[in-house]
Amino acid sequence: MYSATEKALIASIWEKVTPHTEQWGGEALERLFAVFPQTKIYFKHVDTSPGSAAIRSHGDKVMKAIGSAAGDLDNMLTTLSSLSNLHAYNLMVDPVNFKLLSHCILVVLANHLPSEFTPEAHLAFDKFLASVAAILSQKYR
Amino acid sequence: MVHWTDAEREAINTFWAKIDHEEVGHQALTRVLVVYPWTQRYFSTFGNLSNATAIAGNPKVRAHGKRVLDALGDAITHLDNVSATYAKLSQLHSEKLHVDPENFRLLGETLIIVLAGQFGAAFTPAIHATWQKFLAVVIAALSKQYH
Repeated sequence: MYSATEKALIASIWEKVTPHTEQWGGEALERLFAVFPQTKIYFKHVDTSPGSAAIRSHGDKVMKAIGSAAGDLDNMLTTLSSLSNLHAYNLMVDPVNFKLLSHCILVVLANHLPSEFTPEAHLAFDKFLASVAAILSQKYR
Repeated sequence: MVHWTDAEREAINTFWAKIDHEEVGHQALTRVLVVYPWTQRYFSTFGNLSNATAIAGNPKVRAHGKRVLDALGDAITHLDNVSATYAKLSQLHSEKLHVDPENFRLLGETLIIVLAGQFGAAFTPAIHATWQKFLAVVIAALSKQYH
């Protein structure tokens, strides 16, 4: 679970992400597709070329959902409940991909917030994204 | 044998020339020990690793980080034969150090994060992809002699 320091770190980092959810969310997805091209199979009907409007908009959606979880760490199960259903029953994204996207999000944070993304902040965020991934996979079977 | 495009070779070599082995190695190893504290099992002789500040200030961590990055240089100068270049190192990690190969992946991911922090906009998605490919090759070579 999260110490008070970890909660504060997650909150302060996320405050800096909030004005850039579309740009940084789009960039996380762009990195995902560049580094792990197999992830594009989940986006066959979407324009996945770098900078595409569809991907920026989707990145925005993903980051905002992560933001709502970050805003209420003690109630993530509730906050993410409908997304958990969506991923389990509709999207059926293999859970291994949550780790891949989490890594790309950490890369984006390190890239844009080099002084704030300290080792302690990195730890707090890695833990947090792993929790998000676990909750999203919870109803798979 | 791994196929490298000219662009990939250039991305690897150009960035390598700009990397301070000691600083980047130190940051990467510090982060691994902080973010994945169970990795400390391999460093029981390193002294104080009790918190992030202690880890970051530990001279043995700094020295070892540099050693790891120096060794990465060998792979870079032998991009067309990383497996053979790392055969002995792989054997060492398996037979003497008994390191779970999962740790190579953790260090690889962390190194990418450190490079992203250091190079900012220059660490484009394409460069990022090239470096992940390179580190995947390194990880495969280091894992190869395990039996």
